[in-house]
Amino acid sequence: MFESITQNLTDALGNFTRGKLSEGNIRDGMAQVRKALLEADVNYDVAKSFCDNVTKQAVGDQVLKSLKPGEQIVGIVYNELVNLMGPVDHSIAIRRGEMAIIMMCGLQGAGKTTTCGKLATMLKEQGATPMLVAADLQRPAAIEQLRVIGEQVGVPVYWEEAGSSTPVKVCQNAQKAAKKEGCNVLILDTAGRLHIDDSLMKELVQIDNKLMPHQALLVCDAMTGQDAVNSAKAFNEALELDGVILTKLDGDTRGGAALSVKAVTGVPIKYIGVGEQLDKLEPFHPERMAQRILGQ
Amino acid sequence: KSGEILDEAKLEEFHRGLITTDMGVEASEEVVESLREEFGGRTVDPDAVWENVKNTLKEILKGDGSTNWDPENPLSPLNMATEGPTVILVSGVNGVGKTTSIAKLANYLTKSGKKVVLAAGDTFRAAAVDQLTKWSQRIGCEIVRKDPGTDPASVAFAGCDHAVQIGADVVLVDTAGRLQTQQNLMQELEKIRRVINKRIEGAPHESLLVLDATTGQNGISQASKFSDAAGCTGIVLAKLDGTAKGGVVVAIRKKMGIPVKYVGVGEQLDDLQLFSPDDFVEALLEES
Ligand SMILES: Nc1nc2c(ncn2[C@@H]2O[C@H](COP(=O)(O)OP(=O)(O)OP(=O)(O)O)[C@@H](O)[C@H]2O)c(=O)[nH]1
Ligand SMILES: Nc1nc2c(ncn2[C@@H]2O[C@H](COP(=O)(O)OP(=O)(O)OP(=O)(O)O)[C@@H](O)[C@H]2O)c(=O)[nH]1
Ligand SMILES: [K+]
Ligand SMILES: [Mg+2]
Ligand SMILES: [Mg+2]
Repeated sequence: MFESITQNLTDALGNFTRGKLSEGNIRDGMAQVRKALLEADVNYDVAKSFCDNVTKQAVGDQVLKSLKPGEQIVGIVYNELVNLMGPVDHSIAIRRGEMAIIMMCGLQGAGKTTTCGKLATMLKEQGATPMLVAADLQRPAAIEQLRVIGEQVGVPVYWEEAGSSTPVKVCQNAQKAAKKEGCNVLILDTAGRLHIDDSLMKELVQIDNKLMPHQALLVCDAMTGQDAVNSAKAFNEALELDGVILTKLDGDTRGGAALSVKAVTGVPIKYIGVGEQLDKLEPFHPERMAQRILGQ
Repeated sequence: KSGEILDEAKLEEFHRGLITTDMGVEASEEVVESLREEFGGRTVDPDAVWENVKNTLKEILKGDGSTNWDPENPLSPLNMATEGPTVILVSGVNGVGKTTSIAKLANYLTKSGKKVVLAAGDTFRAAAVDQLTKWSQRIGCEIVRKDPGTDPASVAFAGCDHAVQIGADVVLVDTAGRLQTQQNLMQELEKIRRVINKRIEGAPHESLLVLDATTGQNGISQASKFSDAAGCTGIVLAKLDGTAKGGVVVAIRKKMGIPVKYVGVGEQLDDLQLFSPDDFVEALLEES
């Protein structure tokens, strides 16, 4: 496991005799760890404070006396990454007799609409009766997209003509429609928006206030770089997120955004998207993510 | 103006500023290393040092100057066919802004008096064809579309064919989002390119890769693998209106030489700008 980073670390730790690995050696070694994290797109400040913490731990005497300090440090790094990204709560709270409302939000193109379909698929399999809500009145054919997805999953989609309604109205009317149809989960597909777009962020807060969703989930593209912290922070400040879903992890991205987002918001990553098809949603596993970030 | 000593702490600040742009560890360290060599331990004016860094980055992004760039003419960077329709193939990973960028380009082209045909080559994603159709209606240009699930190469072919028939000036070919690691889908993209070339000699004249400005280091792998399949001649850097800087294009330009031609700065038709290395680098290192 972690061959390349272990090798780099061993090189960086240099020549030492047993028991003589110095703080200086460790710091050189941690520079390699930091480089690996930055190459995986972990945010600069997050990577820095992470490495500072690990250095403090690694300077303990066990490491200094260890036969294979490279491996030991990688072990500490791995464990710390896992601790930081976990523990994971995969639940999407649905109480008997109550309608659960899940609101998806995020930047443009992150994968919200697709993920609505994936969640509906998963919840339906678990016996729930979800309804999808087309609250994106902005993107051309966003409503049609959700309707096609609803048909594929086999769940109803609530929608209104984009020209004559507002996202808040759509959501409120959907709630009534869901009651009538006996649906017990409402999944709101909101339009993509920039976290610095004040009026659209206000609109989101308005939906949040009116509908009081049980879960506000941020959908985040796993290929995001240094900026992941900025958008996640802003969405969390506006909505008090309950969870994050990291999409497009089926490619070769190292996915450092996972660490960044968790570190700055404290919000757990619940699920990951691993494909375009509607069954490609998996629970998030911090261990696998830690391995991925370290470039296993 | 009194200077500051360029010590390791100061260099670290520069490093942070560069990494934050997403230009990557390699390129950032190269810049920092050159600063260390040139100014390390000396008293410098930090602003002047930043100017120095900016100039280096601008040079990288300008490349050898072989890309046409006329700020007065938004179409200047496009390679146009000398005769018959120009074909522009647009590709990229999922959700980056391909379809929207096509709409924006089509709008530019239509406004400048060109006859444009869109080919709805994303036959996979739910309502992708509807999305492009809505844009074509707003712009007032033609669109060639087929049923969902149709071989995208056949849509691209039909688009080119139609353009030749009606004497159109430009064909813009939309493609489904795909991750560069999906070999079958990358082969499909190669096939689209081949088929286009069969119908119109020299086509595609322009193969644009759309990158999302929020993308981190994976952008390098995107550029490399999409270039292999689609022979990318330029980049559209979409979503630059956010807080992300899009610095990965610096690393891409250095490694692969693909020039950025346009930037996307919003969701509307007018939100496409000609790429300007100078403006881009100024924004890249703003407040750093
Ligand atoms: N490979 C891959 N593609 C995905 C995944 N999730 C979504 N996509 C694709 O990403 C693209 C954008 O997905 P959408 O669901 O339309 O994204 P969105 O956030 O709703 O976009 P806007 O509504 O425009 O903001 C589509 O091509 C999806 O098929 C995933 O986990 N893996
Ligand atoms: N803020 C902003 N949003 C953009 C920009 N370009 C595109 N978008 C938005 O990003 C989302 C995805 O755009 P699309 O054009 O559908 O992306 P795509 O690459 O065609 O997506 P797929 O076909 O699903 O792979 C939409 O919500 C667009 O409105 C831009 O320059 N700035
Ligand atoms: K920006
Ligand atoms: Mg959507
Ligand atoms: Mg598209």
